[in-house]
Amino acid sequence: MLCICYQCFFLLLPLLFALFQKRTTKMASGQQWVLVEMVQAFYEAPAYHLILEGILILWIIRLLFSKTYKLQETYKLTEKEKEDLIEEWQPEPLVPPVSKDQPFLNYDIVTGPPSHKITINGKECINFASFNFLGLLDNERVKHKALASLKKYGVGTCGPRGFYGTFDVHLELESRLAKFMKTEEAIIYSYGFATIASAIPAYSKRGDIVFVDEAACFSIQKGLQASRSFIKYFKHNDMEDLERLLMEQEQEDQKNPRKARVTRRFIVVEGLYINTADVCPLPELVKLKYKYKVRIFLEESMSFGVLGEHGRGVTEHFGVNIDDIDLISANMENAVASIGGFCCGRSFVIDHQRLSGQGYCFSASLPPMLAAAAIEALNIMEEDPGIFTVLREKCRLVYEELQGIPGLKLRGEQFAPALHLQLERSFGSRDTDLKMLRSIVDYCLERKVALTLARYLEKEERFLPPPSVRVVVTIEQTEEEIKEAAACIREAASSVLNSQHCDL
Amino acid sequence: MARTAANGNLRSHLNGVKNRDIKKSGCHSEREKNGTGNGVAFRQHSQESFEQAPMYVAVLTYLGFGIVTLFGYFRDFLRAVGLEKCHLAQERQEQKDFVPLYQDFENFYTRNLYMRVRDNWNRPICSLPGPVFDLMERVSDDYNWTFRLTGKTIHDVINMGSYNYLGFAENNADFLKTVADTACQYGVGVCSTRQEIGNLSIHEELEQLVANFIGVESSMVFGMGFATNSMNIPALVGKGCLILSDELNHTSLILGARLSGATIRVFKHNNMHSLEKMLREAICTGQPRTHRPWRKILIMVEGIFSMEGSVVRLPEVIALKKKYKAYLYLDEAHSIGAVGSTGRGVTELFGVNPADVDVMMGTFTKSFGAAGGYIAGKKELVDYLRSRSHSAVYAPSMSPPVAEQIIRAMKCIMGHDGSTEGIRRIQQLAENTKYFRARLKEMGFIIYGNDSSPVVPILLYMPGKVVAFSRAMLERRIGVVVVGFPATPITEARARFCVSAAHTRAMLDQVLHHLDEVGNALCLKFSRRKYSPRPELFDETDFELDTADVTQDTYTTQC
Repeated sequence: MLCICYQCFFLLLPLLFALFQKRTTKMASGQQWVLVEMVQAFYEAPAYHLILEGILILWIIRLLFSKTYKLQETYKLTEKEKEDLIEEWQPEPLVPPVSKDQPFLNYDIVTGPPSHKITINGKECINFASFNFLGLLDNERVKHKALASLKKYGVGTCGPRGFYGTFDVHLELESRLAKFMKTEEAIIYSYGFATIASAIPAYSKRGDIVFVDEAACFSIQKGLQASRSFIKYFKHNDMEDLERLLMEQEQEDQKNPRKARVTRRFIVVEGLYINTADVCPLPELVKLKYKYKVRIFLEESMSFGVLGEHGRGVTEHFGVNIDDIDLISANMENAVASIGGFCCGRSFVIDHQRLSGQGYCFSASLPPMLAAAAIEALNIMEEDPGIFTVLREKCRLVYEELQGIPGLKLRGEQFAPALHLQLERSFGSRDTDLKMLRSIVDYCLERKVALTLARYLEKEERFLPPPSVRVVVTIEQTEEEIKEAAACIREAASSVLNSQHCDL
Repeated sequence: MARTAANGNLRSHLNGVKNRDIKKSGCHSEREKNGTGNGVAFRQHSQESFEQAPMYVAVLTYLGFGIVTLFGYFRDFLRAVGLEKCHLAQERQEQKDFVPLYQDFENFYTRNLYMRVRDNWNRPICSLPGPVFDLMERVSDDYNWTFRLTGKTIHDVINMGSYNYLGFAENNADFLKTVADTACQYGVGVCSTRQEIGNLSIHEELEQLVANFIGVESSMVFGMGFATNSMNIPALVGKGCLILSDELNHTSLILGARLSGATIRVFKHNNMHSLEKMLREAICTGQPRTHRPWRKILIMVEGIFSMEGSVVRLPEVIALKKKYKAYLYLDEAHSIGAVGSTGRGVTELFGVNPADVDVMMGTFTKSFGAAGGYIAGKKELVDYLRSRSHSAVYAPSMSPPVAEQIIRAMKCIMGHDGSTEGIRRIQQLAENTKYFRARLKEMGFIIYGNDSSPVVPILLYMPGKVVAFSRAMLERRIGVVVVGFPATPITEARARFCVSAAHTRAMLDQVLHHLDEVGNALCLKFSRRKYSPRPELFDETDFELDTADVTQDTYTTQC
């Protein structure tokens, strides 16, 4: 394009110059005659001049209408060259070969129900690994309701919520969840992972800013990625670091107030972190929220049905007004022991997802029997808030029992139902550490204690948590079982880690 | 060219109709290569049409949107000066000085257009989503801002909206016995992920069965159909890879592609010229800026496109993929179980080897009346996914009773239950589809898509008619799905019918009867084609099809 401009300019120059000359010579005789005089000048001009100008005009027209000159066109490949390139191109294989001894290729096989007693690889164990905190998975009442629903509705819904996939059961579950959480409205998703991963991009768009804890779980990370917003990570549970980022942003905003007026800001945190088993400092977060005018999204998958007197989660735990949190999301796959997830909050916020939550609009709705099971689980939770006290007692017991195991350190709060046992010292590489921990798990499996390694996608995680063994507390575990399990883990640690020391 | 038809010259309808007809463009040679032995089947399934509406329809459609938008502005003005009450939920008083959560224009459409017509969606039902269902009656006292359930039920509404292709959304106690047993034994959840402690033997059994059913080495199942796409595509491709995606692909595929970090390019719907051109150009020029060669190229297509009812041109796509060494990701969400003589999906429909498709993906929500999805293919692929799929590591495994429902339905289709019920349903579905589509064409509706696709979109075009149609059909106790902008192009709002094997001929006739009446009342019969009531006449019209082909070519070059 630039080339054309230059050429035009140079070609036009003599032309303009010529015209200008003619005009100025006769200028004295008055402005109104200019046009007439120009025509006269045209007659008077010598033939070679006219021919030259004619050629120049034609040249300009040609330049204007000829195709845009592109640099690449000079490299235009011939058909032959293209064929060669296509012939030569060798793509990578669709998937890299997976070696047979890849530790996570061969899953442990569970036969029978994964409830309190679980059969892993043929061994019957006490379950210290599934997130069945309240033991609702094999609750007879829940099963009974699920069966009744199955009888009426069959299994699948055969449609998304918009197209006849909204069942009376869904509406009931939504209003029950809202009531349980004491919020205006709740919305259910058919998959826990999709809940927060769809909710974040429904609000936070390109150009918005999200402040997020480094320990945030993978579904939050995916939601952030889908939102295409600016992501600012603050150190795990470090409110000073968060405030520093918020202050930086405030200064930035003062420089460009017009942009700041349309840039939405969010803080995304988890109630009880699945990766670290500790709780977020919610009261401080709420203070920061009003100070810097940032909205808070809270993911409560681990704390819903666990923390608080009535199991309402981390808001109840801290006595924070639930209306101060803009959006709470949780899945119904842990404490509720069904499938799916939900978001709750004020209608002003939640209703938006009914048109913008991708996992809500474009996916088949939750099978009615799973929703019915969740409703019955809520019934049980409402009828008997005592179970949360029992769970807290059990958590405290496990927490105390697991203290001071040589070579292992316990990560998590004493009221957290899913704890992490990490190696005190690394054995050099993540792979060896994982192998060590896996040996501990295997040792325990042999002795009827079912544990599992916490699994992460090592390359995809933003901040990869250290390798750990997951220890999950449920109310079905008796004091005796907990003590035996703790003793077993202690034994496993000393046996595995010591033999490793000898090997070294 | 289209203008002549608009002038009412009926005889020129063959020209006037911008016939985006099938199979045609290019690839004749491939067809001969691939078509050995199944050339006939091939041709039969190649009847696919996208008739263009007359010019005045588009004009009226835009006009309709224009009027609604003007009214929207007017009412916004009234709300601003306080003459009309705004019923939308409001921001908390304490947070009024926060940056607004929504841009005002984002909500314009919701507030002024969607609100007026939203009684046509999210209709709650209170029964099995079978061939007939019960709707919960709801009324609005404030022009759709809120709904109130009256407690009454509208019984026996014919269900033309659910994706219940093979009628496995059923509650017959005998059929569901195994499912009920599983629910009794296992409960409904799993409370863990596949990689941790949620890998039940029932999942392994299901995976084996899915692999057998599809005819590939191995498979893996996931708890949600949407997430099957969005959580596995990122495991397969990444930075430096290219995804060529059909323009009408489902949101889940688009989301998965976006999350993967690969470069995404979109080719025209089912257009092999467009795909081939992009493949050539991509390989020749390499990655943008650096011009490094692409690491790999993945073509993403769907078996049956859910809004168009069109079937992917699979043999051509496979030929292209082989020629250019690309990989193919086939999403059979709507086609698995629903097409093919034994319900094996589009690979069977075209008689191609499933091994030629690198990634076979599908869902259990539709034909199987359950929930979840699968990915099937070579053992290496599935092994890799087992170790790297986001879903296997972070999301809970499939609910055991749901898995059992899929096993039951799949065994029924395969005839493993010792009955011919499965095959009967498949044949019934094919018959119902053929009948329903043929009758609609006869009546003069413009319908999109392939003749063998049970997804039947009827074009309604104008926003007012969409709403009137849906309400009128509900009055006649027929539940239909209508979709408009933004789910479809602005001028192509439509009603979508999903034919099921569970629909009896009497039900279909009833639907057709009412469609005919409503179609006349609302002037919905836009088609200018003359359809022979005997479809076999159409099958031999090679000459006619070629003419259409020429028309199509000119059409594409014009564009």
